[in-house]
Amino acid sequence: MTGRARLVGVVAAGAGLVLSGGCGGGSGGTAATRASGAATKVTGTVTVLAAASLTEAFTRIGKDFAAANPGTRVTFSFAGSSALAQQIASGAPADVFASASPTNMKQVTDAGLGDGQPIVFARNQLVIAVPRGNPKRIAGLADLARSGVKVALCAEQVPCGAAAKTALAAAGVKLTPVTLEQDVKAALTKVKLGEVDAALVYRTDARTASSDVDGVEFPESAGAVNDYPIVALARAPNPAGAKAFVAHVLSDRGRAVLTGSGFQKP
Amino acid sequence: MRDKARTPPVLAIPAVIGVAFLVLPMIGLLVRAPWSTLPRQLATPHVLDALRLSLITSTTATIVSILLGVPLAWLLARSSFPGRRLVRALVTVPLVLPPVVGGVALLLVFGRRGLVGTWLDSQFGITLPFTTAGVVVAEAFVAMPFLVISVEGAIRAADLRYEEAAATLGATRWTVFRRVTLPIVAPGLAAGAVLCWARALGEFGATITFAGNYPGTTQTMPLIVYLALETDPPAAIVLSLILLAVSVTILVGLRERWISAP
Amino acid sequence: MTGPLLDSHLVADRGGFRLDIALTAAAGETVALLGPNGAGKTTALRALAGLLPLGAGHVRLDGGTLDDPARRIWTPAERRPIGVVFQDYLLFPHLTALDNVAFGPRCQGASRADARRRAGEWLHRVGLAAHSRAKPRHLSGGQAQRVALARALAVRPALLLLDEPLAALDAGTRLDTRAELGRHLDDHAGATVLVTHDPLDAMILADRIVIIENGGVVQEGDPATITRQPRTDYVARLVGLNLYRGHADRHAVTLPGGFTLTAAGSASGEAFIAFSPGAVALYRSQPDGSPRNVWPATISGIERHGDNIRIQLDGPIAVAADITTTAAADLHLVPGSQLWAALKATETRIYPA
Repeated sequence: MTGRARLVGVVAAGAGLVLSGGCGGGSGGTAATRASGAATKVTGTVTVLAAASLTEAFTRIGKDFAAANPGTRVTFSFAGSSALAQQIASGAPADVFASASPTNMKQVTDAGLGDGQPIVFARNQLVIAVPRGNPKRIAGLADLARSGVKVALCAEQVPCGAAAKTALAAAGVKLTPVTLEQDVKAALTKVKLGEVDAALVYRTDARTASSDVDGVEFPESAGAVNDYPIVALARAPNPAGAKAFVAHVLSDRGRAVLTGSGFQKP
Repeated sequence: MRDKARTPPVLAIPAVIGVAFLVLPMIGLLVRAPWSTLPRQLATPHVLDALRLSLITSTTATIVSILLGVPLAWLLARSSFPGRRLVRALVTVPLVLPPVVGGVALLLVFGRRGLVGTWLDSQFGITLPFTTAGVVVAEAFVAMPFLVISVEGAIRAADLRYEEAAATLGATRWTVFRRVTLPIVAPGLAAGAVLCWARALGEFGATITFAGNYPGTTQTMPLIVYLALETDPPAAIVLSLILLAVSVTILVGLRERWISAP
Repeated sequence: MTGPLLDSHLVADRGGFRLDIALTAAAGETVALLGPNGAGKTTALRALAGLLPLGAGHVRLDGGTLDDPARRIWTPAERRPIGVVFQDYLLFPHLTALDNVAFGPRCQGASRADARRRAGEWLHRVGLAAHSRAKPRHLSGGQAQRVALARALAVRPALLLLDEPLAALDAGTRLDTRAELGRHLDDHAGATVLVTHDPLDAMILADRIVIIENGGVVQEGDPATITRQPRTDYVARLVGLNLYRGHADRHAVTLPGGFTLTAAGSASGEAFIAFSPGAVALYRSQPDGSPRNVWPATISGIERHGDNIRIQLDGPIAVAADITTTAAADLHLVPGSQLWAALKATETRIYPA
């Protein structure tokens, strides 16, 4: 039994190495799926710590994964990436870590807690979220600096805040927000409640709240894109499940869900 | 030695465990803190701003709580009106409400599109979210129940007969309240105010949800600590210690006899 | 003559118990309201103080009506010209003795300095000038009582009310305090109503005693009359007499049950006959001598009473008899023993009911 598990691990790791070589997703992903399909069935619970912005997408992926691997169950913990990184560093029992920024991922891998190299599986771009109907007629970043417009940004320490700062600097817009929220969901909530007129959030977040919120694209967002890496963890209680989940995320099916939520391909 | 009442072991042991439970985390902070960075942190304008803001808002919130809470406590303790028990239960709701939920509730009422907020905005041009006043409102919301409960208990325990005696000496109801009831419940009021102040100082969830987070206006110490945790955990520890030190100094400075019965 | 300073008819219902008494007091007079616990004394005092509204009747003080339910007149306590000394004194714990006494004058509008001066004078008058800075918890029982009195008198009340003023004191302190209290009451120009269950307080301090039982007045008069001619068992016990009510026909008083006592005095119609326990002599066998009243009795109780022994006797009438301890020893008395009791007619008092 142990021997075969190790075989699975080697195969999956090999597939991972191929992928992390930086080639385009397609064929590598298929190879991984085929590889895991040929390996032992995965069972048990897989614990995934993922950035808050991945909530909707990963929940669907989790359901797909459980359906494709009967006898498995995926439990998620969605939170700010840095909080998750710290939990892992403090020894939280988890199988997979998906971060909204390479910086937080680096914290984990530098400590030797990652099993193999992290792989970027998605990218997220910022949009301007405005209340339904865009009452203040926001068309771009410059409009945010208009007087009378209340803007919520993420705090700089949070990945989406860092991206917002880069984008605003690139556009040369000096903006005084009314609040610096501690995670992107909180900023989005302020827009939904109508407390602020706009917020810089991820495209994926604006999509999930599409009934209350409109997303306004802006060109500078291309310059500040967040890479989302994923890695199986070294001390995973369920290493087989961890590898399989990572592979599933990178597979066509996983990718379809991510793109559907508004993420871009890496 | 013989005269002193000795604590029975069945009480002493859990008490010691209780003290350890409460004190060890603080000792952890003290032990792991990067003390060398303390002066640098203290000199950071953001930090000093946040500290000043925290002290100002929590003190203001306590004053608001006293002005509104003492009459409320008197009403709950002394007069009987229909629905009094319901009112008392409602007054304690902020105690069991998760602070973030409290913040959301405050937004729904006092936010720009809130039940009362829209009226405040249109009539007076007053908006509370993202202002320092908003911080005070959020802090008072979570902290006032401590004061009300403490003072209500003290008023209840105060002997009504002293008030009768005062009346026979010619004191009007207001004079009785001012010169007899209040001084007698003063220790209970002080204890409640201290609890209230401490709770307001440490409030995080309701303030960030309702008032937001912006340096100088609404960024209090707990918020700075939380954000520091994202990128610079050692800094977060130092900032926590600063907050801890300020709180402990003030609490220890309060003479014990001010908060115990005469 | 406009009538007494205090003119009241107190009618109040307190949970199954009805108070209905008329109480008057002249300026300078001290009236004691005496009765067992539960008689309604405290209710009466609270009604006079304005802490309890009357159900019917009236309270008129110094020409003004304070309470008259029929005419919808009601003055709350703080507007009545009264001073109250409570049983527990109720000195404000957070104020010094001086400020306690100054409290009333300040409420009346005096400046703090003025009120403190007046308070100082009063404390001097009760002999506590040295304790003016003390807080109540540092005062002894007797000292607290005097501060409470000074506090009540400092407002110059038309009516001074005292609720069991000496009850909280131990026997030794009580003696001295009672004497002092008497002097202050004599000096007081207004009317005084003193509520007590201790007959000695009433006898010594009051000019007139009103005895109440079960919410009604059963006897009223000066201490001497009440002592000599009690009209209820309670009063009789209070003053230490055996008391019986029956039908008198010159020297003979027939009690309900048929037993007849012979008295030295005479009366006719409904009458009281009273005699002290010391007037009853006990014999082993039926005596043959001068006492007109002799009857067989059974011992139902034996107790010490001061230096003597008090024997409770059952028989045609129940009496209390006092004998010396030596006599008790000689007679070998035990409950249930059969004895003969003898009472001289000259030791009895007879008076109309």
